[in-house]
Amino acid sequence: MGNRTIIPFGPQHPVLPEPIHLDLICEDEKVVDVIPKIGFIHRGLEKLVEKKEFTDFVHIADRVCGICSFIHGMTYCMAIEGVMNIEVPPRAQYLRVIWSEFSRIHSHLLWLGLTADAFGFEALFMNSWKIREHILDIIEDTTGGRVIFGASKIGGVRRDISADKLKDVLNELKDIEVQIHECADVFLKDSSVKSRLVGVGILSKEDAYKLGAVGPMIRASGIPYDVRMNGYAAYKELNFTPVVENTCDSYGRCVVRIKELFESCRLIRDAAAKIPDSPLETKVVGFPKGEYFARAEQPRGEVVYYVKGDGTKFLKRFRVRTPTFANLPPLLKVLGGCQLADVPILVLTIDPCISCAER
Amino acid sequence: MAKQEIIEIKIEELLPKAKEFMAGNWRLVQICAAKLEQLELSYSFGKEHDLMTLRIILPSADVEVPSITDVYFAAFGYENELHDLFGINIKGNVIDYKGNFYTMAVKTPFKV
Repeated sequence: MGNRTIIPFGPQHPVLPEPIHLDLICEDEKVVDVIPKIGFIHRGLEKLVEKKEFTDFVHIADRVCGICSFIHGMTYCMAIEGVMNIEVPPRAQYLRVIWSEFSRIHSHLLWLGLTADAFGFEALFMNSWKIREHILDIIEDTTGGRVIFGASKIGGVRRDISADKLKDVLNELKDIEVQIHECADVFLKDSSVKSRLVGVGILSKEDAYKLGAVGPMIRASGIPYDVRMNGYAAYKELNFTPVVENTCDSYGRCVVRIKELFESCRLIRDAAAKIPDSPLETKVVGFPKGEYFARAEQPRGEVVYYVKGDGTKFLKRFRVRTPTFANLPPLLKVLGGCQLADVPILVLTIDPCISCAER
Repeated sequence: MAKQEIIEIKIEELLPKAKEFMAGNWRLVQICAAKLEQLELSYSFGKEHDLMTLRIILPSADVEVPSITDVYFAAFGYENELHDLFGINIKGNVIDYKGNFYTMAVKTPFKV
């Protein structure tokens, strides 16, 4: 047995976009155990529901995360719509798919850039983020916001995308897809990228399921679990099939995210082709009474929103279980037995979003 | 379409039910608490697209709740959260941080 040392990793570390602390128990260069600590950015958002009217709380839900803001707002709306039996008009359902998929593209490109930065491939990092800027421009053009979309509303959406605008968006998307192809080729074929990702952080199919992994973490371990298969919003009409890889390693998670970029582009094109004309929202009458669990697929995996109302304008309980929280046990599993130099890549491999995990 | 169901159970039924879910290949989706007139615990399990939630009503936070981490290891984070933020007395958590999972600047568990 080598010398046993405890190496603190985070909460401030160049590779961490947000603060999490890990005590890495190492024997020489090998990590034998990991103890995580969170709580540095707990904002008390769940408690805030008792002071904000349920209709206004959409704006708080939008701000649970700065990367997948739209899907948070949308899932909160889905939870309230579930309690109140509100039927969302079809056009709003399609718009929800379009904005959700733009969120996914921009989040996956952000992840690709951060990962390239973590293994020191600066040109690839900058290229990924350059492409992401074009996606942010489209989001700004269609919603008015680059980070917080503010487009979700209980019963529908706040904004429409006109036919002309949609045509422009699809033209831009065509160019962006070409750029993504070029960038993806480097991620998938470059030997220096492969040397850092292939065979690193193995999470077996059994472990992924038992430990409750979600998102690209579970799909890269050969399990086709994706909440979009439930058919929420307009996914049921878009022939969605999840991207699955069987390599169970960090490379597989990278491949899943890259293939999902193209699947998202396909979903946006299909949704734009099929989007029907209808009102944008159903008027909300009354207050929520009862409880409901709503689930949606964020870029990082399944998000769960639970709401409970007693027939007043304030909810009694609101709870969000984010994909990062669900992916903490699988992270501990892949870190056990890894090399110290692989820790940054493995932490990034779950695409951690700590502020939304802590709420 | 995905189904969801909430079943109310007693504390002593929690572990046998968790074992039943594990044997039936259900994955742990989330655990949460709600401070209403009484404390409510919700354990949600998912299989394919269905969601099943076990509901336990606690008369007070002092009542001992058995940990399900022996059955579902992934529950350790949720159970530490229940202890740190809601003051719930969880017994037998395989990774028990004893109140230090959330490193908060303010005093926890929250009382208001």
